[in-house]
Amino acid sequence: MPMLQFHLKSALKDIRSNRLLSLVTISTFALSILIVSTALLFFVNMNSIIDGWRQGIHLMAYLRDGLTDTDRSHLKAQIENLYGVQHAEFISKDQALARLREQMSRQAAILDNLEANPLPDAFEIQMIAASQTWDKVEQLAASLEALDGVNEVEYGQRWIKRIINVFHLFQMTAYTMGALFFMAAVFIVGNTVRLVLFSRKEEVEIMRLVGATEGFILAPFYFQSLLQAAAGSVIGLVGLYLMYMLIQARITAGMTAAFFEPRFLSAATQMGIVGCSMLVGWLGCHLSVKQYVKL
Amino acid sequence: MTPDDSRDALIRLFHVHRHFHATRALTDITLDFYRNEFIFVTGPSGAGKTTLLKLLYRGETASQGQILVDGMNLARIPHKKIHLLRRKFGIIFQDYKLIPTRTIFDNVALVLEAAGRKPAYIRKKVQSVLRIVDMEQRQDALPPSLSGGEQQRIAVARAVVGDPTIILADEPTGSLDADSARLIMKLLKSFHTRGATVIVATHDRELLRSLPGRIVYLQEGRLANASAV
Repeated sequence: MPMLQFHLKSALKDIRSNRLLSLVTISTFALSILIVSTALLFFVNMNSIIDGWRQGIHLMAYLRDGLTDTDRSHLKAQIENLYGVQHAEFISKDQALARLREQMSRQAAILDNLEANPLPDAFEIQMIAASQTWDKVEQLAASLEALDGVNEVEYGQRWIKRIINVFHLFQMTAYTMGALFFMAAVFIVGNTVRLVLFSRKEEVEIMRLVGATEGFILAPFYFQSLLQAAAGSVIGLVGLYLMYMLIQARITAGMTAAFFEPRFLSAATQMGIVGCSMLVGWLGCHLSVKQYVKL
Repeated sequence: MTPDDSRDALIRLFHVHRHFHATRALTDITLDFYRNEFIFVTGPSGAGKTTLLKLLYRGETASQGQILVDGMNLARIPHKKIHLLRRKFGIIFQDYKLIPTRTIFDNVALVLEAAGRKPAYIRKKVQSVLRIVDMEQRQDALPPSLSGGEQQRIAVARAVVGDPTIILADEPTGSLDADSARLIMKLLKSFHTRGATVIVATHDRELLRSLPGRIVYLQEGRLANASAV
C-alpha cells in the first residue's frame, strides 16, 4: 500500500510537471473515445431499431385470380404447414380495398373513380417469433412463391436487408476507424512516456544507483499512462453523454419517439470502454518502457 | 599482490582489467578491501580511481578478472538483481547527484522507499540522519537552493540512510571549500566508526593526511602500492 501511494504520488507529480504533454495525451484519448463510442452508440440504437422491425415481420402472399373457395382452403392448409408459419389469414380483395381506403383517409376519394377493384386476394402470414431471421424469412418467401395459386410474395421490410447491408458497411468503417484511433493512442501515449523518461534520465540513473528495482523506477510511468487513459476516456464518455442528451431531447420532441426510444450505452459498456482505454494506455507505456530499458 | 585470506575480505578483486576499446583504464588489479576498513584510493587524474569504484557497484563491468562483493560474484549477477548489490552500497559523488525536483527529505527517503520500507520508519530514519548531518531544518528545501557543502551533506545522508555495508565516496570534497570538506570527512569517519567500510577516491593529498586509513595508490590504471597510514 505505501508503495502504491508512492507510485501514484510520483505519477501525479509527473502529470503536473508535464502538463502540456499530459493534456495532449488526455485529449487524444478523449477524442478517440468520443468518436469510437459515438459509432458504438449509433450501432446499439440501430440494432434496437432493426430488431424492432424484425419482430413485426409478416408476409403477404398475393393470389392469382380465379381461385375457388376450395382452392383457397387447400392453399391455406398448405401455407400453415410450411416451416416457421404461425398462422395465415385470408384477406379478400374487398377487404384489402377497405383497408387501403382506411389508410388513405382524406385521399380515399381517388379510389371512388376506380371502375374495378385492382387489388388481388391475399394471405397475410404471421411467422413464429423464433423463425424471424433473414434466412428463414427468405426461405419461407421462396416456398410460398412456389405454391400453386400464389402469384407474388411481398414482405414490407424487404428493404430492411438493404439498410442492414449499409449498416454493416458503416460498422466496418467504424471498426477500421477504431483500430486507427487505437494505434494513434498507443503511439501518443508511448511518445509521452518516452519524452518523460528521457527528461528524467538522470533521475532514473540516480534511482538505479540507490538500489531501486526497474519495477520501482518504471511503475509511476505505468500509473501515469493508466491515469491519463482513464481521465481521457471518462472525458470522452461525458462528452458523448452530453451529445446524446441533446439529440434525445430532439427525438423525444419529434415523431420518431413513436417507434424508437433512444438509449445510452449501458454501465457495463462504459466500464468496458474505460477498461479498454486503460489497456491501450498500458500498452503504449509498456512499448516505450521496454525500448528504454534496452537502451 | 596476493589477496590475504586471513582477514575478513568484504571486497575482492582478482586480476581485474577494464578497457575502453584501445584505452586501458585498469590493468591487472588484485586487491582486497576488508570489513570496517577506511580506505583511500588515490592517484593522479586519469589513474582509474573512479573506474575502480564504478566496478564495485557494477556501474561498469570488468573486461577481464573477477570481483566479489560480500560474497556476490559481480560477473554473475543478472541485470534484474543488481539492485541487491547496490543496496549494499551508499554512494557519494563529487557532483552530489541529487534529484533537483525532489525535496531534501524526498531525496534521502528515496533509498528507503526503493527498499519498500514503511512510511513511519522512513520518516523517523530520514529525520535522524538529517539531524546527524545537521540538515534537519532544511528538509523541505529543494537541492538547487542549497550550497555545495550542504548538498554534499545531503548526499552523505542519502548514502548512509539505508545502513549500507560499504560507503563509496568519489572525490567527495572535490568541489567544496576547506570547512565543508572537513565536515564531510568528519561525517564519513563517524559512519566508519559505526561499522561501515568506507572507500574514498581522492587525489587530494591534504585529505589523505587528515584521516588515518589504508591508501591504495593507482598510476596509469595499475596498482602502484597499497599501504596503511
